[in-house]
Amino acid sequence: MQASDAFAQLKFRDPARARGLRDALDRLVHNADHAPVSVMHVCGSHEQAIAKFGLRAAFPENLQVIMGPGCPVCVTDVPEVDEAVALAKQGVRIATYGDMLRVPGTSQSLADAKAEGANVDVVYSVTQAVDLARETDEEIVFFASGFETTAVATAAVLVDDPPDNFSVLSAHKYIPPVMEIVAEMPETKIEGFLAAGHAATITGSAVFEKFVERHGLPVVIAGFEPLDVMAGLVKLLEVINSGKPRVENAFPRCVTREGNVQAQKLLWRVFRPTGGRWRGIAHVPNGNLRLRDEFAQYDTRKRFTIDASALWSYAPPKLVEQCQCGDIMAGISSPSSCPLFGKECTPDAPVGACMVSAEGTCRIWHQYGGRPDLRSIRRGAA
Amino acid sequence: MCLGVPGKVIDVDREMQIATVDFWGVKKQVRLEVCDAPVDPGDFILNHVGFAIRRIPPEEAAETLALYDELLRLADEEDLMAADVRAEIDASPDASRALKGARDASE
Repeated sequence: MQASDAFAQLKFRDPARARGLRDALDRLVHNADHAPVSVMHVCGSHEQAIAKFGLRAAFPENLQVIMGPGCPVCVTDVPEVDEAVALAKQGVRIATYGDMLRVPGTSQSLADAKAEGANVDVVYSVTQAVDLARETDEEIVFFASGFETTAVATAAVLVDDPPDNFSVLSAHKYIPPVMEIVAEMPETKIEGFLAAGHAATITGSAVFEKFVERHGLPVVIAGFEPLDVMAGLVKLLEVINSGKPRVENAFPRCVTREGNVQAQKLLWRVFRPTGGRWRGIAHVPNGNLRLRDEFAQYDTRKRFTIDASALWSYAPPKLVEQCQCGDIMAGISSPSSCPLFGKECTPDAPVGACMVSAEGTCRIWHQYGGRPDLRSIRRGAA
Repeated sequence: MCLGVPGKVIDVDREMQIATVDFWGVKKQVRLEVCDAPVDPGDFILNHVGFAIRRIPPEEAAETLALYDELLRLADEEDLMAADVRAEIDASPDASRALKGARDASE
């Protein structure tokens, strides 16, 4: 079917379905035994859909939908960036996803290193990084970012006999453990999670069952189209109101309970989960994905002696101290309450990583109107 | 970057585990080794950074295709969502060469 044929059946534009979902959300939030109700999603693509399509204007006033640590670039920690920058300055050629270029390290980003002459290539896929390695005798380090969905691709090339001059500096992250961290934060108000549909395509919905058992917080898996997000929220509110926390799959066209088993096998054959800091959040047990010893020859950290100490003598700019990215990703603050947002911190001159990445809360809010919460307008117009 | 983008399978090279996939008229080579099910021409797949991560029934791909179609036509250069969709398409090599082209040539 051509995409144009599909226009006839555009469900996301179906005003009746949209109104139905909005009314259901209104009713469910009204029926909750307290207000406001706060829920968290953990995916930059969800925030893009919410902000771009102005969904917050359709949410009931007493529903807070907060973006958590759902941006893998944003949670890449300073020492990880320092490793890549140090290697680049040492003369090693780095390939990485575009969003990683401007993420600040202690004193420099990869873009800064590139401006000073370092060899840094932007790629759209790990396969392109492997292709670069095949075309040269130089060492190519792939600075790998992304959650489990993206880590599967990195795993696939590592079992496919990559060239000897290719290695991976893994900053891959695993989402389920950070949900535990957010759930346990003493100041958290989160009553349920909307999980990202495409990550769950790999992991399956079952991966969240233990989380629900441990924390008594429901998890609903949702897709990325505007009405998918609305439908996911309706389901989440239903489960919250029922008082019986459980996992629900509101994205069955891509997600099953067991997930993509073949991809999971590949992921865990190549990577092992290990604890590490997520920028601005906390130490997350099992939140980082590192290469297993069997793949040591492709592990940049085993292959090179990385000395980043030269980057540490420099005092970071004062502005960084005011950056609220960490609190924003933990759901405790929001871009609109950050004094830097849209002023000292913009996409052209980002202070924090959340303003760098296309999946960062600040970058998304900045792109789609600064403060994409139009509920006051809605009340006025009603 | 955790977005998957659907495309229609035109041709499959089972030995190489590569499919030629149409994304809004652009034909790309997508790797199949992590897909959850065998794919045939006519199937839709969910593509992420050059890999098919799921086979999607055609009737369920329609809505997503239409949304992204509109996004790609109407969004400006700066739009973050449209940029993510374009990046997903750019992640795969062009299928203008022979089906096995990209990987054979590089080996």
